[in-house]
Amino acid sequence: MSITVDGIKKRFGKFQALNNVSLDIPEGKLTALLGPSGSGKTTLLRIIAGLESADSGQISFSGRDVTGLHVRDRNIGFVFQHYALFRHMTVAQNIAFGLDSLPRKQRPAKAGIQKRVSELLEMIQLPHLAQRYPAQLSGGQKQRVALARSIATQPKILLLDEPFGALDAKVRKDLRRWLRNLHDEFHFTSIFVTHDQEEALELSDQVVVMSQGRVEQVNEPIELYARPESRFVFDFLGQVNVISGQVKQGSLNQGNAWVTVPGVQHKGDAQLYLRPHEVRLATAPVAHANLPLRIEAVSLIGSEVRVELRPEGWQSEGSNNIWEVGISHAEFNSQRPTRGDLRYAVPEVGHLFTGNDAQPATVNWAEAELAPRVRLIS
Amino acid sequence: MASNRARSTRSLQHRRVGDSPAIKWLLIGIAIAVTTGLLIMPLVVIFTEALSSGWSTFADNLLDQYTLHAIGLTLFVAALTVPLNLVFGVALAWLVTRFRFPGRKLLITLIDIPFAVSPVVAGLLYLLLYGRNGWIGNWLADYDIQLMFSWPGIVMVTVFVTCPFVARELIPLMQQQGSEEEEAGVVLGASGWRIFRTITLPNIKWALIYGVVLTNARAVGEFGAVSVVAGNIRGQTNTLPLHVELLYQDYNVVGAFTSASLLAGIAVFTLAAKGFVEWRQARTVIRLQAQETV
Amino acid sequence: MSTANQASAAKSQRWPLTKGRSKRVLPGFGLSLGISLFFISLVLLLPLTGLVIEVSAMSLSEFWFVITDPRVVASYKVTALAALAASLFNGAFGLLLAWVLVRYEFPGKRLIDAVVDLPFALPTAVAGITLATLFAANGWYGQFLTKLGIEVAFTPVGIVVAMVFTSLPFVVRTVQPVLEELAPEDEEAAVSLGASDAHVFRRVIFPALWPALVTGVALSFTRSLGEFGAVIFIAGNMPYISEVTSLMIFIRLQEYDYAAASAIASVILLASLVLLFAITVWQARYLKRLEGR
Repeated sequence: MSITVDGIKKRFGKFQALNNVSLDIPEGKLTALLGPSGSGKTTLLRIIAGLESADSGQISFSGRDVTGLHVRDRNIGFVFQHYALFRHMTVAQNIAFGLDSLPRKQRPAKAGIQKRVSELLEMIQLPHLAQRYPAQLSGGQKQRVALARSIATQPKILLLDEPFGALDAKVRKDLRRWLRNLHDEFHFTSIFVTHDQEEALELSDQVVVMSQGRVEQVNEPIELYARPESRFVFDFLGQVNVISGQVKQGSLNQGNAWVTVPGVQHKGDAQLYLRPHEVRLATAPVAHANLPLRIEAVSLIGSEVRVELRPEGWQSEGSNNIWEVGISHAEFNSQRPTRGDLRYAVPEVGHLFTGNDAQPATVNWAEAELAPRVRLIS
Repeated sequence: MASNRARSTRSLQHRRVGDSPAIKWLLIGIAIAVTTGLLIMPLVVIFTEALSSGWSTFADNLLDQYTLHAIGLTLFVAALTVPLNLVFGVALAWLVTRFRFPGRKLLITLIDIPFAVSPVVAGLLYLLLYGRNGWIGNWLADYDIQLMFSWPGIVMVTVFVTCPFVARELIPLMQQQGSEEEEAGVVLGASGWRIFRTITLPNIKWALIYGVVLTNARAVGEFGAVSVVAGNIRGQTNTLPLHVELLYQDYNVVGAFTSASLLAGIAVFTLAAKGFVEWRQARTVIRLQAQETV
Repeated sequence: MSTANQASAAKSQRWPLTKGRSKRVLPGFGLSLGISLFFISLVLLLPLTGLVIEVSAMSLSEFWFVITDPRVVASYKVTALAALAASLFNGAFGLLLAWVLVRYEFPGKRLIDAVVDLPFALPTAVAGITLATLFAANGWYGQFLTKLGIEVAFTPVGIVVAMVFTSLPFVVRTVQPVLEELAPEDEEAAVSLGASDAHVFRRVIFPALWPALVTGVALSFTRSLGEFGAVIFIAGNMPYISEVTSLMIFIRLQEYDYAAASAIASVILLASLVLLFAITVWQARYLKRLEGR
């Protein structure tokens, strides 16, 4: 079942939660609604579910208008952020609730319900906890019970509100994988809300980035990360290093720092956005960039070494005037960067926002200039 | 399809169970009707009856020698009872919310005894113990000390009947607030009294005030227990509620309601105090929440 | 230093927690425990001894004779039935009132909310004469009810009315906070699973309120069992018909029959205390399951 959101507006008092949101959610895909708190993502999910009604606009499932349909008639599965398990019912009773609620004619017989419940318990790997009460379960177990409960009536659409928000990191990772498998197995059309960009990029087929009640960008995770279409999306999808300045004679200048911007016609204000992995560190300036930075901190985290640097003689924008660059452990071992060292940032690929343009132009130095690269490694 | 749509749209307008206008206004109607009939009308009757023979009669009844004496005795009893129960209530609430020890749950249950015991039985218990035939009363009689059928007995049973109120107001609040702030005080080196005065007291102030007001209302209004131990000697051991009964039995209905209106006035004041305290607490909560979000 | 001293010093170092006051972080444990125990012993427990002594002085047959006196037995029945009727009414109406106060906004809500506590604040004797006046044959309510052939004043129905009045706040005030804290998500979850309003109420909301409702009804019942002041003015106090047990005790006391009064009191006291402890235990067990402790 595909979902179409058309011109949805919602206002809470003075606060415009959703401002003319239109969206297509393709059938069978796992879509993430990503955004900071207050961006309207949960409100949109609740409107799709029918738990909230929009001020104007339309929701359709596979072309059928469901805007006026009560949540109980929409046949969706909804998983709440804090699970909302019924605490006076056992795990089995919780899972059976949707089946028990069916009108008499559609309701399976007692044995049928029991069979379905034990199948679901099997699926969430908790058959031994059928008679427990929610208070006796761990967070991860509760989440799985909540999921089983929401899909007991075999909905075509599964909606999840921050499904992993209340779990600790390890459990979150396991459950993510499990949810992905579940989705692939049952072919729901799923939407989940998250504020965690990593979760959105890792788990979904399609990411909808929202901000201030609007959709900023919709794309597949890889495309979205590689080609953000606005400053907001750029900022929100992870760490970003910015130099803001004037474009003159083919280069961007600020203070004593400059970087060439080949192929850019624009003159005047511009900002260059660089991801940590799009920048290398060198001990001397290169032909296409002079971006001196002093090392503030070096931290060994996981598979990469993160180096934090402060611009020397110029200003960065945002992130407390700090740049972040990831280097490999091999590089770390050979170069031994230490706090206080001077380094020069060498951009390889960058994204230039000029004037008031929403979309950036991609600048690629690595392809054009191989020579400096060879010199740098030495 | 069109009618289906209309039905659904209407059902969408109510989000929560029971929010459909028909059910909502039916329930509100019942609630208002029964509350008015059962609670508000009696309050109205008290004052209309008291004033049914005019203001001058009301004033005469009020300034009656025995009425004045009953008012005096009642205030005296309350003035002794309230401080005693205040100290006990605060001590008990501090004990059961700030410490864990064996028997804690039992203590919490024990202070509910006065709620469960019939006031007549409460009076009887004291009469049996401190009356002339009781083992303590008998011993005290040797020293010419008589507690029952005089004001000390009235104070004693009133303390019994009203002792849960302060503690009952404080315990849930102090439990919910937890002891982190007090612990911070200890870490910063404050003395016990200083911790209580500067940290605990401001937090429980309003609940404490309401507990006192409620204790006071019950203390001035206790009837069953007091009537057992007082002996109803007009002008001596007659508290205001007993005076109300006496006048009522004498078919002096207006007089009875005049005294009753004083007690009802205290009750209304108590309700107003509660409303005020809840308003203050809600405001504090809102203010704290606002600070957190900033 | 002797070895014994060293040993004990070492011991006290190893188990500092069990030593004296040091395990309590906050001050005032001794003081508050002292005040509380002194007060509870003196005010609540010591008086019970008088009753025990008085009753134990009676022989079993005497005791049995007194408490099974037909007039007294009739009073048990009247009291228990009236208390049951009153607490069931309060269970239903209290639930409705709590629901209305939590779920809806309407003009006069604050007044209704405030006035619910009136029975706690209004002296029972005042409530008694007021209800008697309202329901008397020429009273505001009585004159209409008489026309309908319903007599309230001076009948067992009057007792029920008085008990309803004095114990009304219990159910409202126990159910209200639970209803307030009921997470909207629980209802939303149920509705998103396709449940009808009635089904949600029956299966999700009501079970959540159930413990509070039972507690409120039980408190209301216990309070009604012992009610005296409000009841005697409206009951008419006719032997075998509208005498409550509290009044029987009072009558025996006026006859200076302390033994009989004590015997009857011990029955009603035992019933109340058993009820009180039963509520506490039941509540604790129920909460244990919900909170998983």
